[in-house]
Amino acid sequence: MLFKVFPAAELIRLFELLAADRIVGPVKKGEDRYGRSLYDFDVVHDFSDLHLDYEQTIHSAKNYFLPYREDLCTFTFQDDGSGDGGDWHKEVDYGVYAPLVLFGLHPCDINALNKLDKVLLGGRYPNPFYGEKRANMFIVGHSCSPQPFCFCKSMGTDSAIRGFDLFLTRMDDLYFAEILSPRAFHLLEQIDCHDPDSSEHRHYMDIMEARESLFIAHVDTSDLTKILDLEFQASVWEEWGQKCLSCGTCAQVCPTCYCYGVEERVDMDFTRAYKEKQLYSCNLLDFASVAGGHNFRPESHTRLKYRYYHKHRGFVEAFEESLCVGCGRCGQSCLARITVPEVIASVRASKE
Amino acid sequence: MNTNLECVQPVSGEEFEYSYKAEITNVYPLTRMEKLYQIQLVDPMERERFIFRPGQFVMLELPGIGEAPFSITSSPVRHGDLELCIRAVGNMTKFLDRVGRGTRVGISGPFGTHFPVEKMEGEDILLIAGGLGIAPLRSPILAVLETRSRYGQVDIIYGARRPSELLFDYEYAMWRQFDVGLDIIVDQAEPGWQGPVGLITEILKERIAKGQTDRFREGTSAIVCGPPVMFRFVCDLLIAAQVPVEKIFVSLERRMHCGRGKCCRCNIGSTYTCLDGPVFDYWSVLNLKEAI
Repeated sequence: MLFKVFPAAELIRLFELLAADRIVGPVKKGEDRYGRSLYDFDVVHDFSDLHLDYEQTIHSAKNYFLPYREDLCTFTFQDDGSGDGGDWHKEVDYGVYAPLVLFGLHPCDINALNKLDKVLLGGRYPNPFYGEKRANMFIVGHSCSPQPFCFCKSMGTDSAIRGFDLFLTRMDDLYFAEILSPRAFHLLEQIDCHDPDSSEHRHYMDIMEARESLFIAHVDTSDLTKILDLEFQASVWEEWGQKCLSCGTCAQVCPTCYCYGVEERVDMDFTRAYKEKQLYSCNLLDFASVAGGHNFRPESHTRLKYRYYHKHRGFVEAFEESLCVGCGRCGQSCLARITVPEVIASVRASKE
Repeated sequence: MNTNLECVQPVSGEEFEYSYKAEITNVYPLTRMEKLYQIQLVDPMERERFIFRPGQFVMLELPGIGEAPFSITSSPVRHGDLELCIRAVGNMTKFLDRVGRGTRVGISGPFGTHFPVEKMEGEDILLIAGGLGIAPLRSPILAVLETRSRYGQVDIIYGARRPSELLFDYEYAMWRQFDVGLDIIVDQAEPGWQGPVGLITEILKERIAKGQTDRFREGTSAIVCGPPVMFRFVCDLLIAAQVPVEKIFVSLERRMHCGRGKCCRCNIGSTYTCLDGPVFDYWSVLNLKEAI
């Protein structure tokens, strides 16, 4: 990996060099009732709107790589008047016409993309809707200050070693830049930057060390897959199920929840129809219901349990890593205040 | 140097949304609820190249209405001249119930695992279906009958709720001509019904009691299809009759939205019903949480 250092004042030039393309980054959306700023990812038109000092966004940047609604195809009907409905023509459009710059992703969100790549770009049927967005993405990562709800360190996602073009760490009035792509390298050639000297190396190491000490939340993942299997019938799941409102908010804010459903809608004049993909949540009541009315997970605790099994067991079995990146968003957004560290700890403590 | 990005085309996955144009060439009402749809891929080349194995499924697409998975009920030798046995029970199938010959639909697939009848050659086979489970089971039945000499004893046990709900009853005489043991049982008799009345498990229990299952331990494979509630009862009996768990095959049902391992709707534990199933051996089922 190549490293460069540049003055913090140069960041606006970096931004403007990238601004020829659409830039999405953390912007301030308002304040909560305690006067704390609320951030979310959105299109950034002006450098001053970019808040790289954000603690965490409410949603992940998922809407830009797994949109909540997306048309998979369009059908055009040609009725020949024969009475059998005529013929139709199917058109598939991946919907990507321009590159996108994601500016200011934290390591957890970069690692979320790396994990999604494994499942969505791998296997027999790589998903081109996701794949084309990923292929046209330029990612500028930004270091974060761990929050009390962040448990990325436990999930091994507290630092990003791949999956970005450029990663920036603020060092007082300097930026320390990690470079992973030639595009990022050429970009930095156009601003005032230099190779880091040994004192800047030391400075960077000190900052990383200080960051280590800020992690509070912790999840014990040792032997977790086996424990989850052993505790499948534990009553503690029912206790969490009684709290869970089955609202699906956790999946909405999660950077790695990718489940979806498909519905079709028809134009008012019946000339066209659209097959629309909508992100779904395994906590919603009808997630596992089948034709004829049978529901494989009718109780809320079975659905909540399934979500933990998919993230912390199923994905581990398939890809040797958890699907959870420990960003803590689900716990922060949960109306019933259910958090991953508490659920995992309670299952580990269960003696049944 | 221009560092602006250029939009690049996707690396792969061109076939992700591809569906074959197909036509409903014929519709046979089977019972009050189910119909047999003959669906033929329109392009003769695509039809010929459409190779599937018994137990696999397709995604059937009705533009503007919906898309859903259906197991193929026809013999694999027919390639892309498919038969699907469909019960009118949901939005899409009720619409399908009203369409006639000539309707153009989309077919994608074939997807999923199959009943490994090619590995069962030289063995006795027991095929058990409950209710609509005969739809996925008919494909391996026909595949076995077409290569009948390669198998030992072939027994079919089929249970339905009422005699009027028996599917493919016009074919039973033909099946029997292939030296096949065919036992049919119904939950509730109707006027004119001469056969046994009861649950499918009673036929199995009777056979175990009579010692007819003693030969199972030597090399019998079982294929089981039916409603979720049926699997455990039937499979427990098969295990009691010494059929090895890894030689019992079941076909599981889930509502899939993509069929390609991406929508997660059909997940059982870490397993996708669409990719790792729908056909599972019972050893895998025992290892999965909430499979049946």
